[in-house]
Amino acid sequence: MAGIPHDHYEPKSNGEKWLHTRLPVVGLLYDTLMIPTPKNLNWMWIWGIVLTFCLALQIVTGIVLAMHYTPHVDVAFSSVEHIMRNVNGGYMLRYLHMNGASLFFVAVYAHIFRGLYYGSYKAPREITWIVGMLIYLLMMATGFMGYVLPWGQMSFWGATVITGLFGAIPFIGESLQTLLLGGPAVDNATLNRFFSLHYLLPFVIAGLVIVHIWAFHTTGNNNPTGVEVRRTSKEDAEKDTLPFWPYFVMKDLFALAVILVVFFAIVGFMPNYLGHPDNYIEANPLSTPAHIVPEWYFLPFYAILRAFTAEVWVVQIASFVTGGIIDAKFFGVLAMFGAIAVMALVPWLDTSSVRSGRYRPMFKWWFALLVIDFFALMWLGAMPAEEPYASFSLIASAYWFAYFLVILPLLGVIEKPAPQPETIEADFDAHYAPKTGGTKTLVKPAE
Amino acid sequence: MIKKTFLSAVVALGFAGSAAFAAGGEAHVEDFDFSFEGPFGSFDANQLQRGLQIYTEVCSACHGMKFVPIRTLADEGGPHLPEDQVRAYAANFDIFDPELDDTRPGTPVDHFPESALDTAPDLSLMAKKRAGFHGPYGLGINQFFKGIGGPEYIASLMVGYEEAPACAPEDFPGHYNTAFPSGGIPESCKDENGHATIEGSWIAMAPPLYGDDVTYNDGHDSDLHHEAEDVAAFLMWTAEPKMMARKQAGFAGVLFLTLLSVLLYLTNKRLWAPVKHKED
Repeated sequence: MAGIPHDHYEPKSNGEKWLHTRLPVVGLLYDTLMIPTPKNLNWMWIWGIVLTFCLALQIVTGIVLAMHYTPHVDVAFSSVEHIMRNVNGGYMLRYLHMNGASLFFVAVYAHIFRGLYYGSYKAPREITWIVGMLIYLLMMATGFMGYVLPWGQMSFWGATVITGLFGAIPFIGESLQTLLLGGPAVDNATLNRFFSLHYLLPFVIAGLVIVHIWAFHTTGNNNPTGVEVRRTSKEDAEKDTLPFWPYFVMKDLFALAVILVVFFAIVGFMPNYLGHPDNYIEANPLSTPAHIVPEWYFLPFYAILRAFTAEVWVVQIASFVTGGIIDAKFFGVLAMFGAIAVMALVPWLDTSSVRSGRYRPMFKWWFALLVIDFFALMWLGAMPAEEPYASFSLIASAYWFAYFLVILPLLGVIEKPAPQPETIEADFDAHYAPKTGGTKTLVKPAE
Repeated sequence: MIKKTFLSAVVALGFAGSAAFAAGGEAHVEDFDFSFEGPFGSFDANQLQRGLQIYTEVCSACHGMKFVPIRTLADEGGPHLPEDQVRAYAANFDIFDPELDDTRPGTPVDHFPESALDTAPDLSLMAKKRAGFHGPYGLGINQFFKGIGGPEYIASLMVGYEEAPACAPEDFPGHYNTAFPSGGIPESCKDENGHATIEGSWIAMAPPLYGDDVTYNDGHDSDLHHEAEDVAAFLMWTAEPKMMARKQAGFAGVLFLTLLSVLLYLTNKRLWAPVKHKED
């Protein structure tokens, strides 16, 4: 593997040599597990392991659930009740899967915001970032289609609303929506294709996760200082890094165990807290729920979608300029996907030469505001579309775009960054000062 | 249908405003104290049996419970009825058997019948498909501390029938109930913004319980409040029959993972100590 110099796997016995010359799989695993990792990684670098765990949990519980679930509009709802009542441990499988999706999104948002703060998206890690964004998009698609499968009221009406978004695209929208639904409305064909795709996409995600890991193992991890590991020699690199095994495996497993305590408490004691009661009502195409809300992890983008109504001047201008092709509904759809697109393009929107937010005095505040903005949007997405929430949504949506399209490009020019440490080792030793007089670990001046 | 679907979608997206929300009033849901609340709470088998009695003698005249297999009445962590009683109970139902093309007496493997009345919702999941508590401000804090409030909603609905308020015309259809959030409200009981000036709304169901509707075998008090509580507890069990097993699994998980966390914490600390210059 390119990148940070380190010891590679050397086959010792004849059997190992035999295998290694034919298929270097042990070497691949060894190099992956022993990858030099910046030793100053903080607790925000644990989400990758949590996400890997979530993917495995969802795939394993999902495979077993699929053995008992029937994707047909007549029996989908009752087959879920069958899982809850008759399948051994079925209630646990389903609640793990249901809340596993929430844990997955908690982790992915923490992971994304970690990346945004410490500049993990900046050169040379753009590919890692883009692949990560693809994974996130696929997660949303998978989560959305999974929510449709129990065939409750929110499943049905959520599917109706979200597929309706595609119908808002000019010219091709209607055909696209029909293709998605397999017919003119949400029905059995929709449920069948959603089930099929819900089973398929996690494996695509797993493939992209391998690419994601491959990419950042090539560039090396980012770290809280944003300063790169020294690659001048193996000795220098070893002063900045520690092997992933056992140091970071143990650290990450500890963090994962703590998170799982909370997760199991939710699954065991309040498994429906994050869900919507209406989804325990069987889907009924003739009765619209009073208030259709998506799952919490879609709420920020749902708020952006709803914020741009026909009364907003940007929408009116867009409509005027395009001769009505971009109406309020399509504008909302563009804004929602645009909100994710600007995030994906952040490697090229951020002009600052400093990677980590730690050394960017102005950026810090704008970033903090972005985090607040994200939670505000999440809350607004769950509120009814009336005043004052509509105005708040518009302001919060505007900030989201302003952060990526205006603030980040400008900050790189006007901000005066704080001094960064010379090396990761210097940063680490500043936190964990070596004992004076010791022989083993005398501090060395930074190069 | 398509047009309706599209219109609903538009409403949902908020382009047409949220009429439904503007119409709905506040409902009053009392925070009943159930034995199964909290991580340590468990179902009271006697209470579930009393609730079953109310369901059988009162509710089942109109409502069904098509997702609940009758055999589960014998389950531990549920009503825990003896097998022979479950068999005798099941035999009271006339079940249509497509193989016989005729009805036959029920057996424990049959499910409870569907609702006898088309407009009466199925009660199997009622305690999970209604939320008694909301907010504040959509933040979910009340639900975090009090629970989602399904059984509280059911019990409150049972005791929530009251004399219609003075603002309502006498011939307004339905029955006024302080706990029912989604029924009709006469225009005369709304302010100029369309918001209700009263608690609750009008429900189609006539008051099902008045107190002393059943005679409990265990001699328990059968006033309205107790009956409401018992039937709500029973419906919580029908909605979540594995609640006891689930909480146990939750406990095992939390305890095991806490222990694992401690061990991993100590391992990790020891592992990193030399690196962090904590010891030499």
